[in-house]
Formats: sequence, structure tokens, C-alpha cells
Amino acid sequence: MKVLIPTPLRSYTGQAWVDANGATLAEVLADLDCQYPGIRFRMINEQEQMRRHVRFFVNGDAVFDLSRPVVSTDELCIVQALSGG
Amino acid sequence: MARSAKKSAPRTAKRIARTTARAKPGRRVIVLVATRKGAWLYHGDAARRTWRADGPHFLGHIFNHLVLDPRDGRTLLAAAKTGHLGPTVFRSTDFGRTWKEAAKPPAFAKAADGSGRSVDQTFWLTPAHANEPNVWYAGTSPQGLFRSEDGGFTWAPFSYINDDAKYREWMGTVQDGTPDGPKLHSIIIDPRDPKHLYFGMSGGGIHESRDGGKTFAPLIKGMEVVEGLDATTVTFHDPHCVRMCPSNPDRLYQQNHCGIYRIDRPSDQWLRVGRSMPKRVGDIGFPMVVHPRNADAAWVFPMDGQTVWPRTSPEGRPAVFGTRNAGKTWQRLAAGLPEKQAWWTVKRQAMTADAHDPVGLYFGTTSGELWMSRDEGRKWTCIARNLPEIYAVEAAEPA
Repeated sequence: MKVLIPTPLRSYTGQAWVDANGATLAEVLADLDCQYPGIRFRMINEQEQMRRHVRFFVNGDAVFDLSRPVVSTDELCIVQALSGG
Repeated sequence: MARSAKKSAPRTAKRIARTTARAKPGRRVIVLVATRKGAWLYHGDAARRTWRADGPHFLGHIFNHLVLDPRDGRTLLAAAKTGHLGPTVFRSTDFGRTWKEAAKPPAFAKAADGSGRSVDQTFWLTPAHANEPNVWYAGTSPQGLFRSEDGGFTWAPFSYINDDAKYREWMGTVQDGTPDGPKLHSIIIDPRDPKHLYFGMSGGGIHESRDGGKTFAPLIKGMEVVEGLDATTVTFHDPHCVRMCPSNPDRLYQQNHCGIYRIDRPSDQWLRVGRSMPKRVGDIGFPMVVHPRNADAAWVFPMDGQTVWPRTSPEGRPAVFGTRNAGKTWQRLAAGLPEKQAWWTVKRQAMTADAHDPVGLYFGTTSGELWMSRDEGRKWTCIARNLPEIYAVEAAEPA
């Protein structure tokens, strides 16, 4: 699936759009981490929780559950939350 | 009562003073500056008179600590995060030309029941003993202790304290500590014994291990707490910065939320040497700096800790205070600093010393100024202005 990487994480990918595979959001993020080591921990903490200022949108819908199923034609947008500061 | 330095300093400590803390004339100093918006390296000339700025590195990243490994004189570790992303550690072996991120940054153990903690920031970095190359320790917020055995690439929880019920009680909650989270800091390794460790917690006191972290015990006798609280309760203790004297590892100084202290081991009693500070200034502050060769000499940077804790220089008149007699008396050292209307202060990791003779002192301010003294505090000059808020300053001497 196509994944849009936010600017703070493009030091890992070197580009805005990348491809990643998986049947769930968690699997897609795991695949991203295989391709770009370290990127997942910047978004998901050690207790498997989304970090406070990172948001995930699948086809425009906010997703808060890492087990959310996805298909290869979905589009994942990772966004840094508009949290000010 | 703490014993005097001359009586308590063992022969081994004197040998350490002669061998490890001797001034190295001509060694250039690099001042490592960690800020709220990135890192800068200031390369000094041999006389420490002119400084070349190198930075920003990682513009916009929050850098809590940037440390050079004294064991190889070339490895830099940086504790970093951004406003949105999780914490990490960066490593460079070419003074910042290239950086490599840790494969496994400090992280707490995962708890199956969802009660586990998450590292918000790695706050403090300490290279381990000279006989343990590539070993580092890290302190985090929420308070946790971590260790790397591969030069900072991978980190694991260290000791039992991160998940110990008693230590978790002493660590308190995020509401018990520093405004942006309680911090484990001041990780200190005894140069005579790699298994002899200390650390401080900004909520939770000072702790010591003599068995390489298998057991730790509080070291808080003599330390005061905020009025109305019980000083025997470990969690109420708030050390801000603890330093061991390189020339006498049995002596430590501490800047605490409630005063300046000294301890001379094997005594377990801290002595509030800040009582002799001028009353109008008080003995509240964050950094603590010790002399590399004279255990009777130390410096602090007092802060206004009255009423609502403004966290500014007292009366808007910033000054370093130094002692040459182990805290019996303190001298104001402010020549060259602003004489009035300067409302900045210095954070706990943002003041340090080099090993030259005379010792160079350095501090970075909350308003983004970098100051130094070539003569142990008698005269101050500004190296840089208009930097972001400075969180940490280290004086490194590359190989």
C-alpha cells in the first residue's frame, strides 16, 4: 500500500511516499521498520501505544487501533498532530 | 558530621588525582551544547580564546544531552527527540559530520497488562568505567536506568529498579517531579570500581550500589525536603545535580531543591554546605560543578527559588558562586556577567568545567547564551548569543 510519510520522519525514508505491505496497520508499520530501521519506535511506544502527537489515517479515516485490517489498495497517511508548540 | 577532606581522602584517591585529572596543556576544548532546538559544537583554539561554531546539528530536535566518550576521545552520543516523535539516541565518531541512530533506544519492558511505562525522553548519558569500553548508562523521564554495552547502538533496562515496587513508589508519578517530567540523572561511576554506582532522581533521592546494580540503597541522610514533608520519605527528596570529585572519589557535592550539600564517604550523612551562602542569594539552583584536581573547589549557579519558584537569577543579577574550602565559604564570581535585569538561569546539565590549568568553566543559559571563564570563574566572557534554550553543556577534549 502507499504510505505518506510526514516531514519529521523523512530522514528515514528520503521521500514522501513509500510502499509497505501488511494485513493490518501493525503489520504495515512493522514492514516500514524493516525497510527503515528505527522509524516505528518514533511513532509507537514500547507499550504498543501510538505516541501522543502522531496520527494515522487510512483512506482519510482516523485509525486508533493497530489491529485495524488494511488492504493493498488502501492509502495510509501518517501525520504529526497539530498540537502546537 | 562529614569529615574533612584531608583526613578522609585515601591514598588511592590521591593517586587518581595525579594520574587522571592532570591538566593537559594545549589540548583543545570542544564545548558541546545541547539545546531545545538542536546541537552545536564550539571548537576552541589552544588558548581557549576564540571559538568556531559548528551547527546546528539536527535543527529542531530536542537535545537533552550531548557527551563525548573520554575513553576514546571521538565518540559522541546524543539524547534526542522531537516535539512529535519518540525519543532516540544518535551516535557520531567524526564530531558530527555523520550520525547514526541507535537501533534500540532506551525503552521500558513491555507489560502484558498495559501498566507499563514509556520513555518520554532520554535525559542523561554517562560513559561507564574506563575498563568497560563501549559501555554507557542512560537516565530517562519517566525515571528509568538503562545500559548499553555496544557504544550506544542498543540499550536495555539496567538493574531491577525500573520495575521494582519499592523503587516505583519512590519514583512517584509524573505529578511528583519536574514540570516536564521527573528525571533520573547524575549517573556516577566510581573510577576505582566499576561496580560502585550512584544516581539521582528529581523525585526520589540519591541511590548507591556497590555490586554493579544488583542492589541499590538510598543515600539521603542529612538532605532536607520541602517544608511540611517528612525527610525520611525517599520520594520527597529532589536532588538536582550530583557530582563526584575526580581527585577524591569519596567526596561528592550536590545541588538540591533544598540546598547545596557535600558528603565525604564512608560517611552516609550529607552536610548542607549551602548554609554559608549569602542569605539574599540562597542556596537553591540546578547545576553543580567540581574542580578536576582540587576536591575543596566547586561551583554553583544560584537561582531564585522563593515563593512561586521564578527559576531566574536572584534579583536579575546572574552570578556563579565558588568555594575553595569545601563549602565553608562561597565567593561571588560575576565579573563580565550582566549586572542587572538579566532574568535567565542555568539548567542542571548546562554548566561544566574543563581539565586545563587554570580550569575553564562553561555554562549555557535558558535564554541561549554560552559563557565561559578561562580563570576558574574570576572573569566571564560570552562565546555565543541567540541560541535556543540551552539544556546541557559539556567541555570535551578530543583525542
